[in-house]
Parts: sequence; C-alpha cells; structure tokens
Amino acid sequence: MPEPLSQETISREIAALAAESDGGDHPARDYPPYRSSGLRHPHRPLVAPPEAYAELRGPVFGASDVTPLDADLTRQHPGEPLGERITVTGRVTDRDGRPVRGQLVEVWQANASGRYPHQRDQHPAPLDPNFTGTGRCLTDADGRYAFTTIKPGAYPWKNHVNAWRPAHIHFSVFGTAFAQRLVTQMYFPGDPLFPYDPILQSVTDDKARERLVAAYDHGLSEPEWSLGYRWDIVLDGPAATWMEEGR
Amino acid sequence: MRPTPSQTVGPFYGYALPFGGGGDLVPPGHPGAISVHGYVYDGAGDPIPDALLEFWQADEAGNLDGKPGSMRRDDVDGSFAGRDGVTFTGFARVATDLAGHWTLHTVRPGEVPYIAVCVFARGLLHHLYTRVYLDDTGDALLTALPADRRATLVAAPERDGVYRFDIRLQGEGETVFLDLG
Ligand SMILES: [Fe+3]
Repeated sequence: MPEPLSQETISREIAALAAESDGGDHPARDYPPYRSSGLRHPHRPLVAPPEAYAELRGPVFGASDVTPLDADLTRQHPGEPLGERITVTGRVTDRDGRPVRGQLVEVWQANASGRYPHQRDQHPAPLDPNFTGTGRCLTDADGRYAFTTIKPGAYPWKNHVNAWRPAHIHFSVFGTAFAQRLVTQMYFPGDPLFPYDPILQSVTDDKARERLVAAYDHGLSEPEWSLGYRWDIVLDGPAATWMEEGR
Repeated sequence: MRPTPSQTVGPFYGYALPFGGGGDLVPPGHPGAISVHGYVYDGAGDPIPDALLEFWQADEAGNLDGKPGSMRRDDVDGSFAGRDGVTFTGFARVATDLAGHWTLHTVRPGEVPYIAVCVFARGLLHHLYTRVYLDDTGDALLTALPADRRATLVAAPERDGVYRFDIRLQGEGETVFLDLG
C-alpha cells in the first residue's frame, strides 16, 4: 500500500515550485501539488492561431438573463441562511482599466459550514435548507458587480491527508471577447489555510496570488447588517492592439 | 494592470453554471440544424465526467454580434425559462455527463469556419481554448498545422447532420489548444 500523502510532502512540493516561480500571472496547468492536474493538462505547447475572429467577440447577456434577486444569495429560500452575512463588490475591467459593462458575473460557494449542496460533496457538515450558494448579476456601466451572501466555510478535500480548502467564492466572469473568459476563486483576507492549499499556491507569484484575496472594507459594512469585502477583477486576454488590429 | 489569476472550476459548479437547454443553440427541427457531440478524455484515456464546455459561434449569416437570452430567467419564480426558440444567441454551455459525453445542437456558422470552444474542468487550473471545424477548410490555423494535429480540430461527419468531436486533454491524439494572447 502506498504511503498516505502527507501535508509535509505537499508543502515541500509547493515550496520548491514557489522557489522557481517564473512570476507568471496564471497557474501552470501542470502543478503536481494539485494531484488532479496530473492527467488533465496538455503536454504540447499551446498554438497561437494566425487569425482569430470569433474569439475577439463574445457572448452577450442582458436583462432577460438575470433577475434582480439573483445577486442576493440570502433571499432564495423562505428563511435566512445561517452564517455571517457579507456583501462582496468590485469592478471588472480589462488590462487597460476599461470597465467591462453589462457582462455576466456568476458565483457559487459552500455554505457557512463548508458544504456544497452537490451529491458528490460528502463532507459531514450540515446542509442549510435556506442556502443554495449560487448567484449572478450583470456588471453596471462602471463595470461594477455586487453580491449579498454569507461567508463560506472551509472544507476538507481528498488531495492529501488533512487537505482543507481556505474559504472561497468561485467566480465566473465574461469579458467583451471570448478570449477574456475567466473562472477563478476569491479568498478572504488573513485565512490561516493559505500556505497549505495547493490550489491557491498554484499561483506561484506572491503579487499575483494576493490579487485573489479580497480586502475587508469597513466602509462597505452596514451597521447591524453585514460585513463588506471589496474585490476587483482584471480580465486577461488579447492585448488591446491585437484586438484593434483584429489580427 | 496585471490580470486576476485563473483558478480551477472545481468539482461543484454543477448546480451553478449549467442551465436547461444550455447546449441547444437552436430548437429541435430547426432548418439546417446540426448536432456536434463527443467525449472529453484525460491523459489516461478515461472520459472526464466533470468537464464544462462553452461554445461561441457566428450565426448562419456569419454575424458575431451575439444576443442576450442564453439563460433567460422566469421573473415569477426565478427559475430558468429556457431560450425563446427564436433568438440565436451564439453561446452554449454544456457539462459532460457521467460518461464524459456532451452534445451541442446548433447550425453551421457562416463566414467564420469554426465554433470556438472553452474547456473547464476539475484539475484544470486554467481553462483551454480550442476550435471545432466542421470541414478541413483552408483556414490559416489548419494550414499551419501538421496533418495529425490538424485532424484533432476537424469534426468527423457520422451521419447526415451529426458530427463527432472528441477532446483529448493530454497524450496521444492530444487536441490542439490555442494561445490567444
Ligand atoms: Fe470550492
């Protein structure tokens, strides 16, 4: 029988890969400490197409695709969910700082106990009948999104013995070009689980990794109601010149 | 400005991202409708039951403007109302089933010779782009590739109006994935 995979082993691998970080903005698709990446990353280098048409444009969403209630994850059931009520807001921009307007932002998250209402999630923590944990909204004219939700709990997973995900909210964001598509995770400041988590640490550049962590913003907190977090999102993708030339 | 890093979609997106009729860009019986289907495989050749595919394409006239309404909502109870059956939005989203299989119902894009694809999965830290070509046209990307790699981007006709397109994330027959800058 193989030795159970310990946190020490994973942490050693994380440290080794951090030491040789190339300072990239995104995780390498091949990141061995995250064991599931092993068989799910291409071996061949990506190919730059000589021409792109469709990828420089992108899907459009509108008023019919969301209801105003979709952005409030605490009001999707008859009762209030358990947990610490929070608001999360920020701006979606491109790399030149231009707002991404009227585009779709989707979120999903575990409940306050760290449990997803998914039948493959077998974490023995309670489901909350008043919380599903999904939301969506369109960005406004300034590129701003806003959600009301509860703070998700940490949860265990099977990557290695004693693997725990730091609390996070999954985000899916569309840009104006399909090539700007982003799926990522937002984390909460000061979480003691950060150094142990191979998914967060797959972003090996310190500065890049910090961009995944929201800021607590006391000015966004509402008296007697909720705590506020601010998190801005910058979409990668074709350089502005590339898009203008329509190469 | 530096971009926000990507993170994996993870295993539990299933109750958040897929929506009813997500793969049906056109309703059944639509004139000129085609079906494109296939499997997503990992480096061991095993089908991936928790991949999420997004498709984006021009309409039959080659229009890439896109339209709202892919995930139309019911204003009364907040559920998904389904597409209106008239508007071609250009956007589709399909999760692979437990067998690793997916199906897209659409029409041939006009002018632009391919359907753009974005692949997400647990274990994949950063999504991947590829393209479905319905014919081995003289498109610049296909021409630039050696024959065996080119073949990974061209859907195989199975029968009238039905095409097969498998995606292999790694190893033998690995799909060509794109660097879009
Ligand atoms: Fe998660």
